[in-house]
Amino acid sequence: MKMYYKWLLSNAVLLLLCGVMYPAQAQTEQDALMMPKNNLCVALSYGYSSWTNYWEGTLKRNNDNIGALSTQSATLMLNYGITNNLNLLAAIPYISVNASKGTLQGLNGFQDINLFVKWKPVASVWGNRKFSVFAVGGYSTPSNNYNIDFMPMCVGLGSKVLSGRLTADYQRNKLFATLSGAYMLRGNVRLDREAYYTTRQINSSEVYMPNAGNFLLMAGYRSRTLIAQAFMENMTTFGGFDIRRNDMPFVSNRMNSTKAGLEAKYYVPRNTALGFHANAWRTLSGRNVGESTGFMAGIDYAFKLSKHTIGR
Amino acid sequence: MKKVFTWLSISALALSFTTSCNKDVNERTDDLPALNPANIDLSASEWKPFIATNVADFPLPAPNSVSSTAYLNELKALKQASTNLSDDQKKIIDYWKAGSILRWNEIMRELVAKHNLPPYQNDDGTYPIPNAANPFSYPVFPFSNPPYAARAYAYVSVAQYDALIMAWKFKNQYNTPAPYKADASINVSVPKSELPSYPSEDAVVSGASLEIMKLLFPADVDYINKMAAQEKSYRLWSGANVESELTAGDSLGRWVARKIIQRAKTDNMGKSVGDAAMWAKLESDCIAKGETPWISLETPKRPPMLPGFGNVKPLLFNADDVASLRPGPPPSAGSTQMRKELDEISSYTNKPTKETMRIVNFWADGVGTYTPPGHWNAIASEKFVEKQYSEIRWARNLALLNASMMDAAIMCWNTKYYYFNARPCQLDPSIKTLTGVPNFPAYISGHSSFSGAAARVLGFILPEYASEFDSKATEASNSRMYGGIHYRSDCQEGLVTGHKVGDLAIAKANADAGH
Repeated sequence: MKMYYKWLLSNAVLLLLCGVMYPAQAQTEQDALMMPKNNLCVALSYGYSSWTNYWEGTLKRNNDNIGALSTQSATLMLNYGITNNLNLLAAIPYISVNASKGTLQGLNGFQDINLFVKWKPVASVWGNRKFSVFAVGGYSTPSNNYNIDFMPMCVGLGSKVLSGRLTADYQRNKLFATLSGAYMLRGNVRLDREAYYTTRQINSSEVYMPNAGNFLLMAGYRSRTLIAQAFMENMTTFGGFDIRRNDMPFVSNRMNSTKAGLEAKYYVPRNTALGFHANAWRTLSGRNVGESTGFMAGIDYAFKLSKHTIGR
Repeated sequence: MKKVFTWLSISALALSFTTSCNKDVNERTDDLPALNPANIDLSASEWKPFIATNVADFPLPAPNSVSSTAYLNELKALKQASTNLSDDQKKIIDYWKAGSILRWNEIMRELVAKHNLPPYQNDDGTYPIPNAANPFSYPVFPFSNPPYAARAYAYVSVAQYDALIMAWKFKNQYNTPAPYKADASINVSVPKSELPSYPSEDAVVSGASLEIMKLLFPADVDYINKMAAQEKSYRLWSGANVESELTAGDSLGRWVARKIIQRAKTDNMGKSVGDAAMWAKLESDCIAKGETPWISLETPKRPPMLPGFGNVKPLLFNADDVASLRPGPPPSAGSTQMRKELDEISSYTNKPTKETMRIVNFWADGVGTYTPPGHWNAIASEKFVEKQYSEIRWARNLALLNASMMDAAIMCWNTKYYYFNARPCQLDPSIKTLTGVPNFPAYISGHSSFSGAAARVLGFILPEYASEFDSKATEASNSRMYGGIHYRSDCQEGLVTGHKVGDLAIAKANADAGH
C-alpha cells in the first residue's frame, strides 16, 4: 500500500527521520508515463539522502548523538505494459542507514515490496495539446519483518499500505504539467514490546497507523528522448502525534514534509529502450521528519517481450 | 483487459476493507471481568505493614449505625445515584470494577512513561535539572528514570498496602455490612461481597494513591485528582458504597500515605543527583584505583544519572547491609577477561539477528517507557488478574515486588558508582549499539538487578510460574548484551544481586501469616 517509490521511500521511515529518497521518476506510479504493451522496463536506481536537522514536532533541532543521518538505497523496479493503457509496476528497495555520530547502529536490509496497477482511462489530443488522466492502485507490504522500533535507524515503517492515486497531465507541444494526489490506507503495525506511550500509555503491541496523503506537482519539458522537470511533493499524515521534547521518534508520528527537486530522464536517441534518470531534491518544511537533501540516479532498459510493440 | 481491471479493483477494494476497518487498538486490560475474589482475606488486618505500623496513629471515627437516619438517608442517595446510569457512567464502572490496585498501577506506569524523558541540554552544554518546586516548566518534574521509577512504584504500593491493612482493621472492628445488604433494592453493578464495607477499600486506595502520587508527579495533579474522584463516583454509581464509607476511606488512605511521605522525604533521595564536585570525585577515585573511569557517551556530556541513589534508605534491609550485599569488582578494563567479554558483545552487535533484536526491543524499556520495574509490574498484573486476588492481596503482592525492585535499584546504583566502570562502547568504540546507551556506569546491569529481584519475588508468590519468571529475567538480562550496552559480568552479577534482594522480600513476606 505504500505508494511506490517516492512515496514509499519518503513516507516510510526514510522520509521520516531516516532520510528521504527519491528513486527514479521514470515510469513510477506517480508520473504520467506508460510502458507500451508487452514491454518490460527494468530500472535500477541508487539513492542517497541525509539530514542533520530534523523537526521534533514543529521544533527544528539537531542531535549531536546522531550527527548526520544518511540513508542509501538500491532499488529494483519493474514496469510491464499489459496494454498501452494498463501497466503493472513492482519495486523493492534495499536500504542502509548510518549515523555519523553517537553509538547507535544503523540498520540495513530489504524494505517493502510495492505493487501498482496504473491505468490511463483518458487520453485526449487536440492538435499539439494532450490531456491524460491516470488512476493507480497500489499495495505495499514489508518484504520481511524488519525492526521498526529503533527509529531513526530503521529501514522502514513496517506498515502494509493500500493506496489510490489520481493523476492529471496536460501537455502542450513539449511543455507539460502534472498534478497527482494519492490517499494511503496504512495498516496498523506490531511492535516487539507490549506497551508504548504516544499521548498516553497504550498497553498493546499493536500501533494504530494514521492514513496519509501524497501530493505532487511536476512541470517541465518532455520530448521523445529527454524529460526535464521540476517538482514539489508533499506528504501529509492524517493523524499521529508529535515527538515530545527530546524523545525518540516513533512509527506513528505525524510525519509531514514538503520537498522541491529537479529531475531528468534521458533516452539514448539511437536506442530509446535505454534510459538514464537522475534527480536531486531538498526538504523545505516538515514535521517529525528529517530536513533531508538527497539525490538519485539510475539506469533503465525496456525489453520488448513480443512483436506487438509500439515504439516509445 | 477490462476483466483484469475489474478483478484488480475488486481485490483492491477487498484489501482496503481489511486494512481500513477495525484499526482500533485493543489494550490487554480493556475488557477485564469485575474483580470477584474467591478469598476476601478478612484476616489481612494481621498482616505486617511496611512503614505505617501503628493503628493508633489513625483514629478513624466509628461509622453511622445502620439504623440511624443519617445512614438511611445515605442509602436513599445511593439508590438514586445507582439508577439510570449513563453510558459514560457505565464505562467508568467497567474500567474500575477490574480492580483498584490494578488500575492505579496502570496509572502509575502511564505517568512514569510520560515523564521518562532526559532533559534537553542548555545552550552552554550543561543540563537543567527538573525541580519539584517548579514542576510545570521545562524540564518538567520528574525525569522518571529507572531508579526514580523503582522508588515511586514502591512507595505507592507500600502506601496502598499499609493503608489497606489499617482499613482491614477497621473493617473487622466495625463489621458494617455492604449497603446492598441493608437495602436489597439497591442496583448493584459489581459482584456483591461479604467484606465489611466501612471504610471503602476503593476510597482507601484512591486516597493513598492520590496523596503520594501528587508528590511524585506534581505536574499531573489534575489527572490524578480526576481519577481519584472518578473511582469514588464509581463506587456510588455501582451501588457498592455509601458516601460516608468513601469519605472515611479517602481520609484513612491519605493519612497513611502521609506517613509514607514522611519517610520518603528523609530517605536521601534529595541528595541523589549530586553536584559537580561529587561527579569529579567519582572519576578521580576510580583513576586512583588504577581503573578506567566511566565517561558519558552523550554529546554534550551529561552528568551521571542519580549517582547518590545508592545511598537511599532501603525498605527491606538496613543501609549498613549495603556493603555486604554489594558484589565484588568487575574485570579490570585492561584485563584479558575484559577483552574476552568485549569480544562477546562485539559478536552480538556485529551480527544482530531478528531474534536478538526482538529481545532487545522487548526489554528495552528505555526513554519514554514505564522502565524495567514498570515492565515487571505489567507482567505481574497480568498474572494477578487471572488469580482474582482480593484488593489487599493485590496490594501486598505489588508492595513486595516493588519494594524488592526499589532495593535492587539501590544495590545496583550503589555498585555502579562504587566501581564506576565504562560501558562496552567506551572501551571499544567499534561497538555500535542496538538500543540507547544508558548514561551511567555498566557494572552491574540495572535490568538484571530488577529482573532478578522481580522473578524471585513473583516465583515465590506464584510458584507454578517460577520457571517462566526466571527465563524472562534471563532474557531481560541477555537483552542488554545483545544490545551492546552491557558485559556478561554486569548481567550475571546483576541477577545474583537481584536474587539476594528478592530473597529479603520473601523473608519479609514470611514474617506474617499472609502467604
